[in-house]
Amino acid sequence: MVRVEFLGPIRKNPMELDIANLSELAAILQEDEEMNEWLKNSAVAVNDTLVSSLEAPLKDGDKVSLLPPVCGG
Amino acid sequence: MLSLYDGALNVPKILKDWYEEEASGNYGAYVPFVGTVRSEDGIDGLSFDIYEPILSSWFEAWRKKAKAKGAIVKMAHSRGDVLLRESSYIACVFSPKRRVALELIDEFVEDFKASAPIWKYDLKDGQRVYALERSTAIKGSGLLGAKE
Repeated sequence: MVRVEFLGPIRKNPMELDIANLSELAAILQEDEEMNEWLKNSAVAVNDTLVSSLEAPLKDGDKVSLLPPVCGG
Repeated sequence: MLSLYDGALNVPKILKDWYEEEASGNYGAYVPFVGTVRSEDGIDGLSFDIYEPILSSWFEAWRKKAKAKGAIVKMAHSRGDVLLRESSYIACVFSPKRRVALELIDEFVEDFKASAPIWKYDLKDGQRVYALERSTAIKGSGLLGAKE
């Protein structure tokens, strides 16, 4: 299973999903209307490294994080 | 050095500690930046969430970049609530020469604002309201969104 975490202001509980890549995650999250805006403006990290491709393979035990727009300081 | 604190930063102590840590290092320049919460739009203060694993790797990349120029970067940030006229952020650069320090602090703070995984909320009327309009999407955002 892959654990999916929603960081900062995205008020959504973590999910445990049986998925093989980020394309499958995108398809699942796009079904959730409350996630629409967050999907447009959030970055994605796999095991705490930011990624830029949907094709990156996921394996059992991986962690995916969604990072919405930031503003430190 | 990356330091995170619950609540407001003790600015005089942190600046003094950093100064003393590097006092024997033969650095010609010490350039600090201090971010303080100011009164604006009726807020009572700000509040912060931090995702430490990615913040740490982001900072480590900057530490190496600074080291390659003979410089040191340090940063302190608050978690949770910080009230008006308190400070939530300090960054600094030590370097042998001033030009490197002045340029690096500018680049460091700008990249911090655009990339560091920290989320800001306004404290207003007892509510904690995400400051979306002042936030910046991290480079590469929108990967999981529907393609139009």
